[in-house]
Amino acid sequence: MDFELDQDQQMLAKTVGEFAKNESPVARFRQLRDSAIGYQPAAWRKMGELGWMGVPFPESVGGFGGSFIDCALIIENLATTLVPEPYLASVVLGGMTLARAGNAAQHEAYLTPMIEGDTTLALAYSEAQSRHDVSSAETTATPVGNDYKLSGEKVWVLNGHHADHLIVSAKAPGGVTLFVVPREADGVNVTVAKTIDGHKAAFIRFDDAAVDGGSRLGEEGSGAAVLDRTMDYAAAAAVAEGVGIATTMLQMTVDYLGTREQFGVKIGSFQALQHRAVDMYAETELLRSISMASMVRADEDDTSTRRADISAAKYQLATGGIWVAQQSLQLHGGIAVTDEHDIGLYFKRMYALNALFGDQEHHVARFASDPAFAEVAV
Amino acid sequence: MDLTFTDEEEAFRQEVRAWIPEAMPDEMREKARGAGGFTPEDSATWHRILYEKGWVAPHWPKEVGGTGWDAARRFIFNEEMELAGAPPLSVFGLSMVGPLIISFGTDAQKKRFLPKILSAEEFWCQGYSEPGSGSDLASLRTTAEDAGDHFIVNGQKTWTSFAQYADWVFCLVRTDQSVKKQAGITFLLIDLKSPGVEVKPMLTLGHTPAFCDTFFDNVKVPKENVVGGINQGWTMAKALLGHERTLLAMIGPSQNVLQKVKRIAASKSVNGRPMLEDPVWRAKIARLEMRFRAHTMVSYRALADQQKGKMPGPESSILKVVGTKLIQELTELAMEVMGESSLTWYNEGLCPPVEESIGPYFCYERAATIYGGSNEIQRNVIAKMILQLPSS
Repeated sequence: MDFELDQDQQMLAKTVGEFAKNESPVARFRQLRDSAIGYQPAAWRKMGELGWMGVPFPESVGGFGGSFIDCALIIENLATTLVPEPYLASVVLGGMTLARAGNAAQHEAYLTPMIEGDTTLALAYSEAQSRHDVSSAETTATPVGNDYKLSGEKVWVLNGHHADHLIVSAKAPGGVTLFVVPREADGVNVTVAKTIDGHKAAFIRFDDAAVDGGSRLGEEGSGAAVLDRTMDYAAAAAVAEGVGIATTMLQMTVDYLGTREQFGVKIGSFQALQHRAVDMYAETELLRSISMASMVRADEDDTSTRRADISAAKYQLATGGIWVAQQSLQLHGGIAVTDEHDIGLYFKRMYALNALFGDQEHHVARFASDPAFAEVAV
Repeated sequence: MDLTFTDEEEAFRQEVRAWIPEAMPDEMREKARGAGGFTPEDSATWHRILYEKGWVAPHWPKEVGGTGWDAARRFIFNEEMELAGAPPLSVFGLSMVGPLIISFGTDAQKKRFLPKILSAEEFWCQGYSEPGSGSDLASLRTTAEDAGDHFIVNGQKTWTSFAQYADWVFCLVRTDQSVKKQAGITFLLIDLKSPGVEVKPMLTLGHTPAFCDTFFDNVKVPKENVVGGINQGWTMAKALLGHERTLLAMIGPSQNVLQKVKRIAASKSVNGRPMLEDPVWRAKIARLEMRFRAHTMVSYRALADQQKGKMPGPESSILKVVGTKLIQELTELAMEVMGESSLTWYNEGLCPPVEESIGPYFCYERAATIYGGSNEIQRNVIAKMILQLPSS
């Protein structure tokens, strides 16, 4: 057992943190949130040159063969200044799914250019009725000879408004199946949707969109299991991002308590506010600690332990992480509720992370239904 | 980062798991399987069994009688002890004054005291609080007057838990009235058999015999019983607090109560099925278990730091605040799961032994957020020392 980052990981975390601070301060996110794309392809390319997108993928596809820990560290540190490039959507959701489900030719065609920063990916898995159930796909994939036609609608596709390639789940005769579809293909209709946290997603309608058989990832019916695993990676990634958000909000709040004066003194000298800040610190450290467990477990194939720690981590984000976000606003007072102050931007991002990849009730139910939960010592 | 155990560590786990039930006397094994409810005598018996095996002080260095285990083996050992429901050991010698003597004691003190802590020939208790000095501990008034080669101690200590079973007490006493209150305190070891010492036990809210008042009336204490130097007592108290942190995280007791909650929930029905299968009750239990998992990870980080010879990181400061609240919530949940059976109060044979033990324990654990520096004092300290918020 070892709870320390190795030297390379420490270096990576530091480099990403410095990049965020120096090259993408929150002001950059503010500027870009009203633009059509919401981020800059040039910045994405630079992140590709730095090698960050290849971190969790094998060397055979142009990756670095690292662990998910490295990936989570990048996400955690990009979050400190709300860097808007779609790392989670493209690398974790799109990339990890493609890496697991695709063959060598598909990896070379879609994964390698993403790793290099030339393209982005999006995962179109969610539907209006599905609510965290990745096996609930009403979008259909109807065989036409060796090819397919897709029909149906996907909702809240993160980075779906700009991704070069979409990975789409659809019900084929053999069950839920994944396909790679160019966003600009015929029959693919993309509606851009703004999200509460200043990002963009897409509602995507497939109207008999033609997909050739070579774009199918794996066998028919293999999609749900792959997506289930992707959701664990995504939940662990959201928690890592939540750690970056909570840590930053706590620091901003402690700084504010140390500068803001009322009644002739720094408000941080009031015991009621000090104790609130300490409880925020406690919740943040609980989140950081269980995030460490979940990023390690994400790569493990043992289902029970992996799910237990990832669900516990997402639950701590939903409870402790959200509470830190709430208290940060409360302790900043009225200024926090203006769009001018940055604290509210972090607040909204925490709520977005909470809503994605399984909410509190989903993870409580999943944790409690694992056979290990009911094992009672005799 | 790596959270897995090696094959050698897994083999060690099997060794410990197999040894525990073999080593326990029959009656103790019955209690361990059932409700617990161990007496101080049970704890002493188990202490001696562990001593014979050489396993009584996993956290002490090898040269003074510890096991020399690394952090992973200590995690495993503690986990197996809890899962087996083994009696808790008295912490005052093994986990409090022992480590302090190891760090700050003279060679003579090490030779005199450590072997008898290990062998259970001498048990210890703590003399910190006084009737007028609780959270404001540094205001303490028990005095130790300089009388040449010894001190004369006068005053009253309270919450000297288990003093009625102890042979020695480690005390904070005032040795200088003329300086700032923290600067005039000395850490002193006092033999409870000394003339002039009187111990008066009182029942806890759970009707267990834990609390005591201890009175000192012109008690003669040799100067060689000072640890860390005269007027260095406050520094010693703070050093001891570092040892206490991981202890007060309550990982073991929480694990134990969580198991009990599940056992009770599996044995009771609601809506025609075991409570443990009812979605509402299951979710209630799961929420606390998930929080416990996060809390355990904070504690592992602190233990891993200690293992590497580093001071635990600042995050270890929250262990007491979070862990004591969690054990209270778990005992409350146990009461809730029991329903009407939670009314029971020492009725042997009326309820299953596990349930019979919960009420007194639930009552006693109300102390957890108060002792060891109340959680409010802990927050004051964290606000100042870690968050560096301004003083009022």
